[in-house]
Amino acid sequence: MESKQNYAVFTEEMRKDYTILVPNMLPIQFGLMIQIMANYGYKMELLTTEGRSIVEQGLKNVHNDTCYPALLAIGQLMDAVESGKYDTHKIALIMSQTGGGCRASNYIHLLRKALIKNGYDYIPVISLNFSGLEAGTGLTFTPQMLIQVAYGILLGDMIMLLHNQCRPYEIVPGSSRKAVDVCMKVISRRFSGNRLILYGEVRKLYDFILRAFGKVRLDRSTEKKKVGIVGEIYVKFSPLGNNHLEDFLIAEGCEPVLSGLLDFCLYCLYNAVVDHRLYGRSGKAAAANQMMYRFVLGKQKDMIKAIRKHGHFRPPMPFEEVRSLSHEIIGEGVKMGEGWLLPAEMVELIHEDVPNIVCAQPFGCLPNHIAGKGMVRKIREHYPEANIVSVDYDPGASKINQENRIKLMISAAQ
Amino acid sequence: MSMKLGIDIGSTTVKLVAVKDGKIVYQRYERHFSKVREKACELLRGAEHVLHDERLKAAITGSAGLGVAKASSIDFVQEVFATRRAVGVHVPKADVVIELGGEDAKIIFLTGQLEERMNGSCAGGTGAFIDQMAVLLDVSPADLDLLSLESSKIYTIASRCGVFAKSDVQPLMNDGARREDIAASIFQAVVNQTLTGLAQGREIKGDVLFLGGPLYFFKGLQKRFQETLRLDNRHAHFPALAPYAIAAGAAEYAGDTPAEYSYDDLLDRLEKAAGEPVISQYLEPLFTSHEEFREFTRRHDRHDVMTENVTVYSGDAYLGIDCGSTTTKIVLVGAKNQILYHHYQPNKGNPVDVIREQLVQIYRLCGSRVRIVASAVTGYGEALIQNAFGIDFGLVETVAHFYAARHFNPDVDFIIDIGGQDIKCFKIRNNCIDNIFLNEACSSGCGSFIETFARSMGYSIEEFCRLGLLSETPIDLGSRCTVFMNSSVKQAQKDGASIDMISAGLSVSVVKNALYKVIRANSPDDLGRQIVVQGGTFLNNAILRSFEKEIGREVTRPAISGLMGAYGAALHARDNRPEQTRLIRPEELADFTHTSKSVRCGLCSNHCDLTVNTFSGGRRFLSGNRCERPLGGGEAGRLPNLYAWKLDYLKSIASAPREGAAPLGRIGIPFGLNLYELLPFWKSFLEALGFEVVVSDVSTHTLYQHGQHSIPSDTVCYPAKLMHGHIENLFEKGITRIFYPCMTYNLDEGRGDNCYNCPVVAYYPELLQANVARLTEIDFMMPYFELSDHKEFIRQAVRFFHGRFPQLHRKDIAAAAETGYTALQRYYEAVRSEGRKAIAYADENGLELAVIVGRPYHIDPEINHGIDKMISSYGMVIVTEDAVCELAERPEVHVLNQWTYHSRMYSAANYVVGKENAQLIQLVSFGCGIDAITTDEIRAIVEGGGKIYTQLKIDEINNLGAAKIRIRSMLAAVEEGRKLGK
Repeated sequence: MESKQNYAVFTEEMRKDYTILVPNMLPIQFGLMIQIMANYGYKMELLTTEGRSIVEQGLKNVHNDTCYPALLAIGQLMDAVESGKYDTHKIALIMSQTGGGCRASNYIHLLRKALIKNGYDYIPVISLNFSGLEAGTGLTFTPQMLIQVAYGILLGDMIMLLHNQCRPYEIVPGSSRKAVDVCMKVISRRFSGNRLILYGEVRKLYDFILRAFGKVRLDRSTEKKKVGIVGEIYVKFSPLGNNHLEDFLIAEGCEPVLSGLLDFCLYCLYNAVVDHRLYGRSGKAAAANQMMYRFVLGKQKDMIKAIRKHGHFRPPMPFEEVRSLSHEIIGEGVKMGEGWLLPAEMVELIHEDVPNIVCAQPFGCLPNHIAGKGMVRKIREHYPEANIVSVDYDPGASKINQENRIKLMISAAQ
Repeated sequence: MSMKLGIDIGSTTVKLVAVKDGKIVYQRYERHFSKVREKACELLRGAEHVLHDERLKAAITGSAGLGVAKASSIDFVQEVFATRRAVGVHVPKADVVIELGGEDAKIIFLTGQLEERMNGSCAGGTGAFIDQMAVLLDVSPADLDLLSLESSKIYTIASRCGVFAKSDVQPLMNDGARREDIAASIFQAVVNQTLTGLAQGREIKGDVLFLGGPLYFFKGLQKRFQETLRLDNRHAHFPALAPYAIAAGAAEYAGDTPAEYSYDDLLDRLEKAAGEPVISQYLEPLFTSHEEFREFTRRHDRHDVMTENVTVYSGDAYLGIDCGSTTTKIVLVGAKNQILYHHYQPNKGNPVDVIREQLVQIYRLCGSRVRIVASAVTGYGEALIQNAFGIDFGLVETVAHFYAARHFNPDVDFIIDIGGQDIKCFKIRNNCIDNIFLNEACSSGCGSFIETFARSMGYSIEEFCRLGLLSETPIDLGSRCTVFMNSSVKQAQKDGASIDMISAGLSVSVVKNALYKVIRANSPDDLGRQIVVQGGTFLNNAILRSFEKEIGREVTRPAISGLMGAYGAALHARDNRPEQTRLIRPEELADFTHTSKSVRCGLCSNHCDLTVNTFSGGRRFLSGNRCERPLGGGEAGRLPNLYAWKLDYLKSIASAPREGAAPLGRIGIPFGLNLYELLPFWKSFLEALGFEVVVSDVSTHTLYQHGQHSIPSDTVCYPAKLMHGHIENLFEKGITRIFYPCMTYNLDEGRGDNCYNCPVVAYYPELLQANVARLTEIDFMMPYFELSDHKEFIRQAVRFFHGRFPQLHRKDIAAAAETGYTALQRYYEAVRSEGRKAIAYADENGLELAVIVGRPYHIDPEINHGIDKMISSYGMVIVTEDAVCELAERPEVHVLNQWTYHSRMYSAANYVVGKENAQLIQLVSFGCGIDAITTDEIRAIVEGGGKIYTQLKIDEINNLGAAKIRIRSMLAAVEEGRKLGK
């Protein structure tokens, strides 16, 4: 049903010698996913660029009122395209597309417009989505591929989780970062070689990761204030989007607590189930998603079990529990942007004894008016101990203002 | 026991308080003019006699204090915390503390659940804002306060940020509203801003403590707060210590810190900190050498205009006046286009006086040698001045600027004008204005921003800019609206940036704003090849240089850059010389008088605030009206207006009484957002089920204010904010059951790839339920429904309603649904048939057709502020997107076309392209993220079809002035295009 194609398409042949540039959001998880995609013959490169030129590129190329994640992701890609580092005839770009009612579904089109405006109309852009948009162009996921990617996310989330739990307490500065590097290197090596990864290997890697972080020497004599980060997915995770929020929190003597990327994926999967129940939308999609949802939940359970068994670290809350926590706050029909997941994660944090929360969103984020800022009052009513600060990010907002607000929240933290 | 010292370094001032044995023994308050560190040292030295022999404990607080604290390793305490420490110790105990500083606003709720709130990134300054407004009115802040105490009425001034408020104040001033009333309205805006931005759903009651400089010094502001919060004198506390409270709190905090200092030690630390500049982001200097600067000035000196002294010249002359938003410009032009006389002056809130004085002067200089044979006026105050002095022509400012620019560069293809308040730029194609960009409300005021900024730091604008020219390291201040820049500057000051760096950085920011926010240029070729820059702001060499550097191209700046509007008007007067000028004669000028009073128009539900200006000789001029009705005679020739028609239709549905008894009792529907369009459906459906449906009233500003306290997100669109008022309105009607469904999907009209609602429309009921406390006490029904598939809807409705009302069975509900669908269909058909009638009327009478594209709820008069009536007053027939979208094919779009309301707009745009006398005007609510996508796409469709795209942004504020300019420019361009086409 998409309007006529008027853009360059990523063809089968291009897989041979094209590099697909990936905008950064989560270096660990994305890094592993890229490794997995290589097994399917896609050569991808994660952009790790930083700096003002990305924002400048974004400002030049997208509408100013477009939200900050679009501005940064497109800015980062355009910055790379124009860097001179790549043969522009041998690259493709990739952009996620949720297909939801939030404007994020349109970022890919904004990117294409930016390319055309700058004379790069020949660079193909691949839509990364799971809702059948732009079907047949570029990247098609088979169920098997999805499962493989899910493994990457599971491992990546685990590394991020343990890293966050170690970093504030490490005795030798940089030692937990080193553990991350070791894990990434080992996993990447094991994943290479154009082959299928078996779940048995993944389970072994759980233990490997646990051992790697178990070796990081920690000083836990003073318990740090735990501060949760929730919000719009890009700004929540991306240091580029949130002005290095995790680093800032650690510098302020806090321990940042974030749920993984997996939760967001599960949330997306589950929405098709809700759509069917509420509005009678496609039963087939609902059934397929339900199956995938169950499958991943099972794997998450294994990971939690492994962390428990190891005994040193706090495991994440099982997603089914997280989901059920949303019910007292918001309807499950709220499915645009982060939708019901956002209040669910805030309540999850409070249940996990982390009542101090930064809710990060791009300035003017539409779904967050409802699910983020809109729910804070109700959450406080249910949980008077909740200490939530809502912070907006955009290219003009000054860091001092954001930091002041976060500091205020921290100073009120119990 | 040691002495406790608190230093509060705010955005504009430094405060120092010393406490000993629980008593304040010393206090000082001074402006720091951005010399933060130096001023802190100075204050400390000033207190030497008190501090010298004491053991000191010290803490620094305040928004600009963090950097100093870090550099000097003195303890820092967050300012809200400092405030809390002061309460109950140095200032009275309270339930709520409201504290306004230079640029910060805070509310602390002390009883119940402790909560502290500071202004977010969008809420503009408060103290600084008041200062800025005082400059605008040309009074001292203290006089502004005195004026406000004499007010007799309050105007609506935007409460979100300073820039918006400024664009509200300007038209009021230009229209001659009383300054006393404006002053009080400014304070009211501060109050509203504090309450909406910060209270966010929590009510302010009990004892309220007001702190900070502005709330201490301005009695008028105190009065506004007290009245708005309905606080009596027992509950409102304005302590004498208000400006020092935070510093006192910091002193209390210092008492708990371990570090102790001697006076010398402390001073030493601060002084050392003062010498440590740390700045992160620099820009390239504007000029790398003096030679480069000289070459630059040489080049621009070429674009001069011939002048001749009016006292020497004899013959015919043409008068041009540009009555702008902040300044008035006058030129007198001779037969050879030479300038005989010119004048440029801030209009100090009263342009009429300025022009009267000038006319007296000009007539005196002209004597009998020079005859003024034609006159024209342009700018914000055009209509007022035209009426006051009998000026022959009024022309819209964009056109005036074009005439002037053409004189300097016949090949001009792009004009950019940055004035005090606004950025205008337009492309010229085929010798006619082809495309107009005006700044949206949020980036206006750039020129005057620099000026205000310079003054607030104690510099003249010329000096301030000169410093910037030679700065070696301009700092990067970002490129958003000025409110954001304010905090960027704050950060730069914190980092120790000097004036020249800030000045140069501001110039670059202003230019980037113009380029990336207003024009959204991609490359210099996007603008044009022959660029003429003008407007008072470009007289500033730093801005001019930044502009050339940023676009990488040399531009033409006429030497009379600031006078271009007036010069263009004079040229227009020359080209259209009347047989006999109507310009006021010297003898009439001698006893010219001008009085103004304000009245409220009662002719329709808009209730406009009118200003009636009366001039000697019985001339009268009315302003503030949104339509022609108060001018008399407008009623008879009313043109078809689908905005008005749709509203009337829906109003009649809303108020139609139910026939027969309602076994299920009363149920309320809030009249806003998607319920605007779906009212026919839900009302019939619920009535058929057995409810008596009560619809909330049509929005008004008062209705909005009643719900304002529960709005959690300050930046959501105004239509959504209004919903809170509608819920309160239903409560006021005694409703105990409200129906407002969540709707992820809209009706599928087959025009897009999906049929979503926007997230805000889809889920606003969830937000209301979570934030309007009283909704939990009543039966608030917010089922998730979708209407596209009748059977599916019936299934959903049965599940919901049968569960609650077992007496309702499937067949009743199915029948009710059919009744609803029929009513909705009837409404759609009526809109389309009315649309066809309107189009036929326009065609038969040779009129322009305005296709206003927006959302169904944009017909709400509180949302559109009467824009439809304004457009209609220019002789256009108005139809809506839903009336014409059926008449054109769905165009190909380059974005994901997945929202029902937006799909209609694309089709409507396609209709405009195919219809000769149709013009498209898009209404966009401020904060609408989805329209960030649709506007570009609709522009592409319309311009691709050779038409002009016009966008009007609307918000809580009512700023018809800017909208009028756009509409008139558009009409002028259409007219000129037709002339040339013939």
